[in-house]
Amino acid sequence: MSTTSDAVPVRPGTLPDVPPSAAHPDLARYVTRLGDDALVLGQRLCQWITRAPTIDEDLALSNIALDLIGHARALLARAGRLDGTGRTEDDFAYTRSEREFTNALLTELPNGDFAVTVARQLAYTHFAVLHYESLAHCADPELAAFGARAAKEVAFHRLHADRWTVTLGRGTAESARRMRHALERVWPYAGELFEEDDLLRRLAASGTVPSPAPLRDTWLGRVTGVVTEAGLAVPAPTWSATGGRAGLHTEEFGPLIAELQSVRRQFPGGTW
Amino acid sequence: MNAATPAPVAARRSAQEVRERVAALPDPELPVIGLGDLGVVGRVAPGADGVLEVEITPTYLGCPALPEITAAVREILTSCGHPDGRVRHVLTPPWTTDRITPEGRRALAAHGIAPPVTPAPDSPVPVALGAVPCPHCGSRATRPHSAFGPARCQSVLWCTACREPFPHLTAL
Repeated sequence: MSTTSDAVPVRPGTLPDVPPSAAHPDLARYVTRLGDDALVLGQRLCQWITRAPTIDEDLALSNIALDLIGHARALLARAGRLDGTGRTEDDFAYTRSEREFTNALLTELPNGDFAVTVARQLAYTHFAVLHYESLAHCADPELAAFGARAAKEVAFHRLHADRWTVTLGRGTAESARRMRHALERVWPYAGELFEEDDLLRRLAASGTVPSPAPLRDTWLGRVTGVVTEAGLAVPAPTWSATGGRAGLHTEEFGPLIAELQSVRRQFPGGTW
Repeated sequence: MNAATPAPVAARRSAQEVRERVAALPDPELPVIGLGDLGVVGRVAPGADGVLEVEITPTYLGCPALPEITAAVREILTSCGHPDGRVRHVLTPPWTTDRITPEGRRALAAHGIAPPVTPAPDSPVPVALGAVPCPHCGSRATRPHSAFGPARCQSVLWCTACREPFPHLTAL
C-alpha cells in the first residue's frame, strides 16, 4: 500500500491482542471485504494525485485516500489474524490475484470525470458511515472500536461528497449535466453494497456482525436529500451490478491491481 | 585515568521516567507539540508478563506518522533499559481533539496553527464562519477555505482581516 513504503513493519503484539483460539474464518472473510472496499477505493482516489481540478482538491482526495488506506491496513491485518494464516496487510494487498479481492464493484469504478468521482464518493461515504456506525455496537470489541473510529473519519469524507454534489448540481448547465450523468453511471453499482449472501446471513444470525441490508432505506433517504438539494433526481437504474464479493470484477480492475502490485512483483521482498 | 567502571548499556528506568520521555517526543507532523500534550500517550505500565508496555492512541487510523512514533517509542524503551518493551496501539476510547492539553493548545496557536474549535453538535458544517480566531492577528473575521489541509488532521481557513491563510487542527 502506498503509505507503507516507509513504514516499520508492525510486529505481532503491537495491536490489541487476539488469542490464537479466536480464529474465525467467516469473520475473516467479512473483514477482508471491508478492507478490500477501503483499499481499492483508496487506490482509485490516489490516481487523482497531481490531476485534481485544484490543489485544494488534490489535497482533499489524497487525504481521503490516506484515511481509506489506513482503514484497509487495520482491517486486512485483522483478517490475517482471524483466518489463522498470520498474513500481514501487505500480504493481502500485494500477493493476491484479482479473483481473490472481494471489494464491491462500486469501489473499483474508474474515476471518470470529477463528477463521477463525486457520485461514487456520495454513494460510498453514506453507506460507510451507516455501516461503520452499525459495527460500533457489534459483539466483537476490536471491530466495534474500529467502527466507532472509522465512522467519524468517513463522516468527514461524506461532507466533502455532499458539498460537491450540490455545488456541481447547482452550478452551470454543464456541471449539472455532468453530475446527472455521473449519478446514472454510478447508481447501478450501489445496490451491491447492501447485498446479503450466505456469509452475511450466517454472521448476522449468530449475532457476530449486523447485516448491511437494513441500512438501505436510511441510505436512500439521505442520498436523496443531498441529490434533491443539488436540483437533481436519484436515478432508478433498470439493472444492478454484482459479483465483487465473489471475486468477479470489472474489466478496469486488472490494471488497477497491476499498478498497485507492480513494485512488489518486480522486487519481491524488497525493502527501502 | 578515569577509574569509573563503564556504565551499563542502559540503566533500567521507571515507568514514570519512560512516560515523561515519551510525552516529550515531538509529534512528527506537528513538531511544535509533544505527544503528551497531543493526548496520544496512554498507560505506561508493565503488562501481564511484567514487560513494560506503552499505550499509544493513534489520532487517525491511517496516520502516516504512526510508524515513526512507534519506532521512536521503541528507541526510548531500549535506551531506558526495557529492550523487550512493547508499544500497544489502542483504539478504545478513540482519540479526539478534546485530549489536547491547554499547554498543547497554546503551543499550536503560538506556531500559527489554530487549535481545534469543536462545532455545535447539530452543526451541518465542520467549521462555522468566525468560529476560529486567526492565530496571527486574533481576528474572528475568518472563513473556511478547504476542509483538507497539508496534513490529515488540518483544514485551511482564511483570515479576511490580515489576509493570511492559516491551518486549523480539525476538531474530531
